[in-house]
Amino acid sequence: MNEIRDILKTMEYGPAPEEANIAVAWLDSHGRRFGHFIDGRFTDAGQGPTFESRNPATGDKLADIAAAGKGEVDAAVAAARAAFARWSKLPGNARARHLYALARQVQKHSRLLAVIETLDNGKPIRETRDIDVPLVARHFYHHAGWAELLDSEFAGYAPAGVCGQIIPWNFPLLMLAWKVAPALAAGCTVVLKPAEYTPLTAMAFAELCNEAGLPKGVFNIVNGAGTTGALITAHDGLDKIAFTGSTEVGRLIRKATAGSGRKLSLELGGKSPFIVMEEADIDAAVEGVVDAIWFNQGEVCCAGSRALVQEGVADRFHARLKARMETLRVGDPLDKAIDMGAVVDPVQLENIERRVAEGVGEGATLWQPSWAPGLKGSRGCFYPPTLLTDVEPASRCAQEEIFGPVIASMTFRTPGEAIALANNSRYGLAASVWSQSLDIAFDIAKNLKAGVVWINSTNLFDAAAGFGGYRESGFGREGGREGMMEYLVPAWTKKARALPAPPGLPEPLPAGGADAGSLDRTMKMYIGGKQVRPDWGYVYPVIDARGRLVSEAGYGNRKDIRNAVEAAHAASAWSAMTGHGRAQVLYFLAENLEARAADFTDRLRHLNGGGADRARREVAASLARVIHYAAWADKYDGAVRGPAPNMLSLALNEPWEVMAISCPDEAPLLAFVSLVMPAIAMGNRVVVTPSPTKALIAGDFYQVLDTSDVPGGVVNIVTGDRDQLAAVMARHDDIACHWYFGSSEGSAMVERESVGNLKATWVNHGKARDWFDAAQGQGRDFLFHAVRIKTIWTPFGV
Amino acid sequence: MKAQLLDSARRQPAAAAGGELVAVRQPLRRNEPMELRPELFESVEVNLSAAQRRAATLTTRRTVKKAWQAAWLVKAIQVIDLTTLAGDDTPGRVRRLCAKARNPLRHDLLEVLGLAPGEITTGAVCVYPTMVATAAAALAGTGIPVASVATGFPAGLTPLADRLSEIRYAVAQGADEIDIVITRAHALTGDWAALHEEVRQMREACGQAHMKAILATGDLKTLTNVYRASMVAMMAGADFIKTSTGMEAVNATLPVSLVMVRAIRDYRERTGVSVGFKPAGGLRAAKDAIAWLILMKEELGRDWLEPGLFRLGASALLGDIERQLEHYATGRYSAANRHAMA
Repeated sequence: MNEIRDILKTMEYGPAPEEANIAVAWLDSHGRRFGHFIDGRFTDAGQGPTFESRNPATGDKLADIAAAGKGEVDAAVAAARAAFARWSKLPGNARARHLYALARQVQKHSRLLAVIETLDNGKPIRETRDIDVPLVARHFYHHAGWAELLDSEFAGYAPAGVCGQIIPWNFPLLMLAWKVAPALAAGCTVVLKPAEYTPLTAMAFAELCNEAGLPKGVFNIVNGAGTTGALITAHDGLDKIAFTGSTEVGRLIRKATAGSGRKLSLELGGKSPFIVMEEADIDAAVEGVVDAIWFNQGEVCCAGSRALVQEGVADRFHARLKARMETLRVGDPLDKAIDMGAVVDPVQLENIERRVAEGVGEGATLWQPSWAPGLKGSRGCFYPPTLLTDVEPASRCAQEEIFGPVIASMTFRTPGEAIALANNSRYGLAASVWSQSLDIAFDIAKNLKAGVVWINSTNLFDAAAGFGGYRESGFGREGGREGMMEYLVPAWTKKARALPAPPGLPEPLPAGGADAGSLDRTMKMYIGGKQVRPDWGYVYPVIDARGRLVSEAGYGNRKDIRNAVEAAHAASAWSAMTGHGRAQVLYFLAENLEARAADFTDRLRHLNGGGADRARREVAASLARVIHYAAWADKYDGAVRGPAPNMLSLALNEPWEVMAISCPDEAPLLAFVSLVMPAIAMGNRVVVTPSPTKALIAGDFYQVLDTSDVPGGVVNIVTGDRDQLAAVMARHDDIACHWYFGSSEGSAMVERESVGNLKATWVNHGKARDWFDAAQGQGRDFLFHAVRIKTIWTPFGV
Repeated sequence: MKAQLLDSARRQPAAAAGGELVAVRQPLRRNEPMELRPELFESVEVNLSAAQRRAATLTTRRTVKKAWQAAWLVKAIQVIDLTTLAGDDTPGRVRRLCAKARNPLRHDLLEVLGLAPGEITTGAVCVYPTMVATAAAALAGTGIPVASVATGFPAGLTPLADRLSEIRYAVAQGADEIDIVITRAHALTGDWAALHEEVRQMREACGQAHMKAILATGDLKTLTNVYRASMVAMMAGADFIKTSTGMEAVNATLPVSLVMVRAIRDYRERTGVSVGFKPAGGLRAAKDAIAWLILMKEELGRDWLEPGLFRLGASALLGDIERQLEHYATGRYSAANRHAMA
């Protein structure tokens, strides 16, 4: 036997282990027991309940971790609250120094963090070393910059407050960075709950915080599972909840926080399409699949898990993909020459096995590399790279997230069909498009309903580029300017007063008392550009400020909303118009509104009471607001980011398309205009319920719409009980965003009822807003809420 | 031709020490020219960033350590075309190079590696045509092939008749392998028929000698051009495709090599013929050699880790490999003066 001679024959790679001794020494130095990190101190693991953290590659126990109960969560929130007072008042430059110090600490201890992460999570050391930890450092550097620039770049905004952050196990330290860095930069303080499978790097990071001199209480950790998470999401002492994890838990959190006034961002699941066009560089696309679904064992929320391949190249693509799968290496994640490590936990492994079996049961053809059987019987949680072909959209494995190294492949005929199949999903997190034609690639990218689109690339991340989903993949963005917005609130909202409870709607009965002799004026609803009677056939009296019947308004119900939503969907041409085109319509609308200013003034005097001056002021302000948004229509541009020299990253402001708007009672014309105009200026089509008690103003307004070339279906007006209609809209799964301005109970209801499709909501929590005030009643904050940001990444080069 | 064949056969050792290790130095089956079929390459476009990303992660995804690293470095020696292509080359210089090719490693290092003296040689020696006879004589009986550049190397802009006669000259002098250069103008203007015809004639002129087609990828610039030129050269009968002359501004790079080996794979899928690959120019560090071996194993498989299908064109590379192998043997970092000059 001669070793060298044998290797010369086989030319195998041999083992290339990363030493774990220093990480093990770190675990031992903590006695392999961890409590929490509260107010700058590590708490004792104590006598309370604990859980185990295991190495999924070996099954060995790494440490015991305490599970936080109410006492610990309260203590952490109290510490964060106490620290908030000073931290939020620090000059941006001072906070920037702290964030910079954290970035440096992460870089200095990069290998320790990488090895701990690999031990705890099972992902390859290659990824923790080359991807996770460098991105963590990058995130803190980038946000040190935002801390420095906060006052100038976010004038008028204040830190959201004390944040509860719940992160997943797939990128433990990176998700910590994505959550903690923007929060600290914005002046918030944090209570973080790491995932129970992977708490260790967070504890190591806490040590680095102390080493870097981060003020105590600014960053706190409570360990635990779902019950601890529930204590956080329900905690009254928090102002903001940020969550990354499953859509299922995201729904629970949306419900738990409904009406609390806590700001919420959710980054949830996905079934992201990976589209291969016939003119693609097939080898590039095959390697793309490796980076898409065999990155991090496929445990990636934005993993390209649904391959859509143009029929003509499907055989070639699948053949090459199989050949590539043969050369992948799965095994000890501490080996430097491993492509995939261990799945995080036996529970997850079973999950994957069950879902694959389910897919096969539904007709999919399973393909795994020839060496896959060799993984069986291993102590670790290993699952081979897996390709499912002959998958149809009707199969569950084409619809549901598997969260493992499994790609389901389907074919399509035309670019249009690729878009249709790609969008045929409840999710909308990410997508990847492979084509050597810029025309085709950008057309598809533009038409995909996804928060991130990678052209000829996949799974690229950068702190400067926003990341987050459409649809049931959640709302809010992480990274970039838009990510900072999740931790900021308009400063004036901190002092907003509560509105009086709005009056209820009168019964839909005849009220009498109208002026005798005047010709009856019937206000109808306005749906699809037509005046329509309420489906229900009931009307309610609209009473003026002096208690006299002015007219009747349609008592709208769920069917009126249904019809309005359908009309709004049909008006998709509005979203495809140029900003310039929409601006012209809005200017024309302003013209026509001005022409009828006297009528509106009269009507407002009537409805609101008070003098003619106040009414005139509201009409004038409304007119100015229309012009304000006509001005914005072609100017609220996206941004261009340059994460790398050969990379263009575009942040596009895209409309939600179909939005619901529930208008408040105060300033009935101005509020209506202030809400509807930014929405339609950005290309949305809206279903709007005007102030119920002053609904007539909307009746006058649709006449202006009619004369102003606003296409039918762009603004749909349904009158009736605000909260009844809001409930229908919040529950409507084909509405992407709901703005609600009414009572605190109504706000809570809208947030609670939005869980069906996890639509984005913007509610006032029953707080007053001065619609006349430029800072409160108009501007970028409205525009920001009127769009969702899609980030398109395009590498280029020749 | 006959003389050359005999000559080559004469250099083949009857029974090498540790015979199992004598790598097959040339493809078992030659690549016969075929007609030009543009449909096999014209629709292919190579995405640069994806190729760069794959190339950049090849060596972060794979590595070899300890004994494996040592063995892989020995393998690298076995595939080196030990090269001298300088204006001041003399017979003496060429003889020195050949001596190094026969005994690339110090005997005590061979002993530590468990290998017999004479068991390891380089893949070939590569010289100018007028040096072929000297090299052939110096390598007689060793089985080490002599490769010669030809066809107006490095620019390849002398008249075609001269270039073809240069090939015949080198072959007559005893060259077993001819490294030709393509007319870049044909590739740059997309005149694939002209390129195909030229290379086919060169292949004919090579006769029994194996032909390596140098694409001078640094001049072709785009990866799509590199892919197309690779396919055309193979269709014209190249037994090997080679990246560079070593004289272009950019020589062997991993992304370019990735595209060429994928062309080799595609050609094999269509014809069943395995064509060899030779990166050349700028390969100086042992870790470069490992990187290219990883590329071959990952993209083409085990068969392309032998000199029959893979060569590294280099002159200084061997010295660094020797130093690394001494480090393996002694645990101490080595110095150049401890190893014999080429």
